[in-house]
Amino acid sequence: MSEILVFIDHVDGVVAKTASELLTLARSIGETHAVIAGTATELNSATDVLNKFGAQKITLLESAEINSHPSSAIASAFADLAKTKGAKAIILPSTARGKEIAGRMAVRLESGIITDAVALTPELVSTQSVFGGSTIVHARVSKGIPIITIRPNAIEPVEAPGSASIEKISVTASITAKIISREPAIRGARPELSEANIIVSGGRGTDGNFAPIEELADALGAAVGASRAATDAGWYPHSHQVGQTGKTVSPALYIACGISGAIQHRAGMQTSKTIVVVNKDPEAPIFDIADFGVVGDLFAVTPQATAGIKARKG
Amino acid sequence: MKILVCIKQVPDSWAEKKLSPGKVLDRESADAVLNDLDEYAVEEALRIVEANGGVEAGHTITLLSMGPERAQEALRKGLSMGADAAIHISDSALAGSDALSTSRVLAEAIKREQPDLILTGTESTDARMSVIPSMLSERLEMPHLSFAGEVRVDVSTGKVATKRMTDEGVESMESSLPAIVTVIEKINEPRYPSFKGIMAAKKKPITQIGIADLGISANDVGSGGAWSEVNDFALAPARGAGIKVVDEGSAGNALVDFLVEKRVI
Ligand SMILES: Cc1cc2nc3c(=O)[nH]c(=O)nc-3n(C[C@H](O)[C@H](O)[C@H](O)COP(=O)(O)OP(=O)(O)OC[C@H]3O[C@@H](n4cnc5c(N)ncnc54)[C@H](O)[C@@H]3O)c2cc1C
Ligand SMILES: Nc1ncnc2c1ncn2[C@@H]1O[C@H](COP(=O)(O)O)[C@@H](O)[C@H]1O
Repeated sequence: MSEILVFIDHVDGVVAKTASELLTLARSIGETHAVIAGTATELNSATDVLNKFGAQKITLLESAEINSHPSSAIASAFADLAKTKGAKAIILPSTARGKEIAGRMAVRLESGIITDAVALTPELVSTQSVFGGSTIVHARVSKGIPIITIRPNAIEPVEAPGSASIEKISVTASITAKIISREPAIRGARPELSEANIIVSGGRGTDGNFAPIEELADALGAAVGASRAATDAGWYPHSHQVGQTGKTVSPALYIACGISGAIQHRAGMQTSKTIVVVNKDPEAPIFDIADFGVVGDLFAVTPQATAGIKARKG
Repeated sequence: MKILVCIKQVPDSWAEKKLSPGKVLDRESADAVLNDLDEYAVEEALRIVEANGGVEAGHTITLLSMGPERAQEALRKGLSMGADAAIHISDSALAGSDALSTSRVLAEAIKREQPDLILTGTESTDARMSVIPSMLSERLEMPHLSFAGEVRVDVSTGKVATKRMTDEGVESMESSLPAIVTVIEKINEPRYPSFKGIMAAKKKPITQIGIADLGISANDVGSGGAWSEVNDFALAPARGAGIKVVDEGSAGNALVDFLVEKRVI
């Protein structure tokens, strides 16, 4: 059976949720070969998850400094591996890093690339949801080893415990641009925006007070999102922006509070499974895509909802 | 120092976009504008020049765009913001080009220009692939500093330093020139072209080139040379009409009931 190479993203050996999604997808297409870049220690902490989701082979692109360099070193080692293995396809998460690596590999392997797929058939026909979810496109790569990036949260992870064989390839990272220092983002207890099952977002309607948004999010175990009006005003970091120039998200539940629903915002959240809206303007366009809309003041409605959820959870 | 900024003309992001029966983006159905995200790159180029002694110090900004005839409007906009010259790659053979072809054409044009610094936006708001800059980096074998929220160029040492802003945090990066820097939308506030700028832009040169000038053959680019193909497309099913309630004091509770019904909690 031909191999599907899956790029496993991780931070210090803690694998991203996309790994379980991509491995689940790869199993339906061919032999699942997980590819991870970093150190042997990082691989050790990642192995359990990779086995749980049915990786048949694991290759470590081993380098102490590979992850402290831009994507070029990973892309070149990964491309060499794909060539040696004669891979059937390469799949990566459709994240900033995944796309950087994918773009580089496409050039190295002279292979076609499809980004932001939400599904992929065993015949390698991809499904993309474009123009803010208004259009569904089916496409396929026609030259080279197909390189496809898959949107986070698009595939339901299913476990298939096994035990993968492990191979290590030592990689020397050629230093091009170097990272001098790092200030890691202060990670709260909340889930990552693009991986979250539930997102509560606030816009200009919060008037800079995100407390009711965060409280509702915490009651639901949700991530916090923001409109561009809110990030431009400096009320919330840019990394939380949802929309055309922010993150594209597709959670099970998206709650938009004080957000009007401009086309560029909808472009980033329209494919959410259930959409709930709280907005005091009954004419706001966001109501057009709401499964449940409340015309009301977010400062009254969200705290009541938060209290109700807490009461139920006990 | 010679700065080159890659810009693209895209359908206005406010317009509803659709695919044409030919399975490509229907560009006629929407107004075309300079990709908003590339405006930040043009603005940053202007600021880098200003911070390093200005045009008097011999720094120049050249815009580069591949696109149909009317992409000239986007180039004029960038020129009216203050860039010095523009190169427009336009060729009927380029219609339907995908990212691999586009990056190849842009890379060949960049090689001719030999800039010290290349600036790009993070994403074109129509294609939304965000892969062109990494592809250019790979093709030109030039370092790529992505997600820059701050850029400083030291002309005397030939170095560029950026703050790379991602979910993981902020990284201080450094590289020698030439290099490619991709800027994020929070980096600056792009200026509006002044009346004087608009008048001056009319006299600035836009050099037109075709793929033959870049030594590229028509078979390698455009829809014929595409590396991926669209099988079919369809409009997504419309979302069903939802429930809408007006808050009279208990809508927060109704919201919770809805979530319970949906089994979210
Ligand atoms: C190229 C481009 C890219 C863009 N990218 C993005 C993007 O990625 N993400 C994004 O979000 N935007 C993006 N935008 C901006 C977008 O066009 C809108 O300007 C933005 O989404 C508006 O944010 P908002 O809904 O929070 O603010 P507004 O449009 O001002 O809406 C605020 C809403 O809050 C409601 N409200 C006010 N007070 C209350 C209250 N107390 N209780 C309840 N409701 C209240 C109001 O009725 C109103 O509907 C982009 C624009 C462009 C041109
Ligand atoms: N046709 C083009 N001409 C010039 N620059 C482009 C073109 N397409 C993309 N770019 C540049 O590459 C960036 C990323 O675009 P994309 O990979 O298409 O999302 C844009 O912000 C531009 O700076």
